[in-house]
Amino acid sequence: MAKHILSVLTENKAGVLSRISGLFSRRGFNIDSLAVGTTEDDSVSRMTIVVDGDEYIVEQVSKQLNKLIDVIKIKRLGSGDTVSRELALIKVAADSETRSNIIQIVDIFRAKIVDVSHETLTIEMTGSSDKQKAIFDLLSPFGIREMVKTGMVSIQRGSNIITK
Amino acid sequence: MRMTGAQALIKMLEIEGTEVIFGYPGAANAPIYDALSRSRKIRHILPRSEQAAAHEASGYALMSGKVGVCMSTSGPGATNLVTGIANAYADSVPMVALTGQVATGMIGRDVFQEVDITGATAPFCKHSYLVKDASLLPQIIKDAFYIASTGRKGPVLIDIPIDVSTAEFEFVDPQPVSIRGYKPTVKGHNLQVRKVREALSASKKPLIIAGGGVGGAKKILSEFSSKYSIPVVTTLMGINHTAVCGGLLLGMIGTHGKGVANRAVRECDLLIVLGARLGDRAYTAVHSQKLDAVIVHIDIDPAEIGKNVGTHIPVVGDVGGILKQIMRQEIDCDLDMNRAWAESLVSQKGGREYKTCADTVNPKLAISVLSQLTYGEAVVATEVGQNQIWAANHYDISCGGSFVTSGGLGTMGFGLPAAIGAKVAAPHKTVVAIEGDGSFQMSLSELATIKQWDIPVKIMLFNNQRLGMVRELQRTGYRSNYFAVHLDGSPDFVKLAGAYGIEARRVSSNDELEDAIKKLLEGDKPYLLEVMVGCDEGTL
Repeated sequence: MAKHILSVLTENKAGVLSRISGLFSRRGFNIDSLAVGTTEDDSVSRMTIVVDGDEYIVEQVSKQLNKLIDVIKIKRLGSGDTVSRELALIKVAADSETRSNIIQIVDIFRAKIVDVSHETLTIEMTGSSDKQKAIFDLLSPFGIREMVKTGMVSIQRGSNIITK
Repeated sequence: MRMTGAQALIKMLEIEGTEVIFGYPGAANAPIYDALSRSRKIRHILPRSEQAAAHEASGYALMSGKVGVCMSTSGPGATNLVTGIANAYADSVPMVALTGQVATGMIGRDVFQEVDITGATAPFCKHSYLVKDASLLPQIIKDAFYIASTGRKGPVLIDIPIDVSTAEFEFVDPQPVSIRGYKPTVKGHNLQVRKVREALSASKKPLIIAGGGVGGAKKILSEFSSKYSIPVVTTLMGINHTAVCGGLLLGMIGTHGKGVANRAVRECDLLIVLGARLGDRAYTAVHSQKLDAVIVHIDIDPAEIGKNVGTHIPVVGDVGGILKQIMRQEIDCDLDMNRAWAESLVSQKGGREYKTCADTVNPKLAISVLSQLTYGEAVVATEVGQNQIWAANHYDISCGGSFVTSGGLGTMGFGLPAAIGAKVAAPHKTVVAIEGDGSFQMSLSELATIKQWDIPVKIMLFNNQRLGMVRELQRTGYRSNYFAVHLDGSPDFVKLAGAYGIEARRVSSNDELEDAIKKLLEGDKPYLLEVMVGCDEGTL
């Protein structure tokens, strides 16, 4: 099934996230990822929701989300005219022998090392899902101890904006 | 003016035109009751459970077209409202439910009588509020009534912690409603309206399915259907709105619908769906096969369009307004062809024959006699199960009558409290609660409410000592393995009514029906007529 990106503007109020996530589970829709934060207007939150499903599902998700009073606007973002990023923090096992190899990989991907210990390196990596997967695959042999991701955030290219 | 949250709540309810609250007091809403006791405009009706309060508010709303208001305390009081709220959501009934809540500082600590009621009802509430600040109450009440009564109507819950009720603040009149995430589309898109006209002009066998969403637009519906000679079929929730279609009305569709109505759906070439969900019982269970008909779906809720059935011409907006938009321009349609199609269907309607059985009553005949003796002008409120379908198919409702039922959720125990709510809304109408012995026992404590508040509801109780519809399902689907459908141990209902001081009578033959139903309807006082029915009596 295809993945679709929905950008959802909501009231920045208590309980909104639970209404939205509850709607997904009770209507049997699958969320691939959901990222939420405030916008330039702090009364408004913006969620980027990646939905797994066919055309019917995505249409239903949009319509049902629109029915929520706290949802202000929904926009489906096409993958072509959208900039998408996710951030991952990856803690990799590293000793004196492997450390320099890992640093090379990090450099190639223009990722950053944000913490170091005798046994580990913590890497901050921003990019598309594909890039995330690529670095993950390359780091795997060293032993990934822990990883955390933000989920995707997306914005339209060019001067288009989602108006409230 | 300085006042408490509770006083502001009551003041706002008065401003919103609330005449009656169906509610149950407790500790967490005690300040609200204290303020309510001083209201000169709002009547309070105390039912015998919160669930009945919610159903009564629904019955009131369905009958009056206004927002029904119910209230409970926190915790178990609030959870008892839940079924009634879900029922109102499924049938798009405008309702405001007020719940008391523990003090804001206590929320989340599992204190006495605390539940997360906004969380519990989120899946079947149009919207809900947990009020954290008394000064926000006026705007919240105003917004809640607006949300409940506009667009696709539905229940809105307001959860009010006790310290918010007691907090004093300077009351400021709320602003006009402006909710940026809630702007229902009312007017139909002109291009879509034009497509409907074109489809109508190309059609030789058009058909209207009218649902609960027709609501206040029934006159326009009748004008529309008669202008173009379009036959009309109805869903269970549409029965209340379609009597005005007169001779063009074919009856109810669906698994328990009429043959001719379902045939019309199969044979039509243009299906105009008005304010209906096309839910499984009404449509997809019977009409799952591919139809060749062009489907026009007019509904105020865009999420309903295309949800259950593929639609060729979707039109989002208010049904009445859109029908007017369609009729604003002449449509070049073949009226003779439409008339011939309508007449051929009407001629297939056929009469009804009612069989007699030795020592039981034919319930369909009983409904039919009730229908004749009330000239179809009564408000009929049904329970759920066989009694509901008997009433739907055999009560010949006229323009002055009403049909109050639980369609979407199918809530047993709805009928009696709904009848009470309807009678409160329309005290001058004859209101008949159609009961089954199963459903009745879920709400029979409401006999006390009828008595205490002098709400003279007529009760027609069909007693087959079984859960008839489930038993029928066990016969057809489970090789007659009847299990858990016997209602042994039920009381003597005539004596039970007597215990509440309500006159009652039992009939067990068709011959007694006319006389007994006349007695049931006599005077503006409550009465219970128990009608003995054979256990093998079918739904259809």
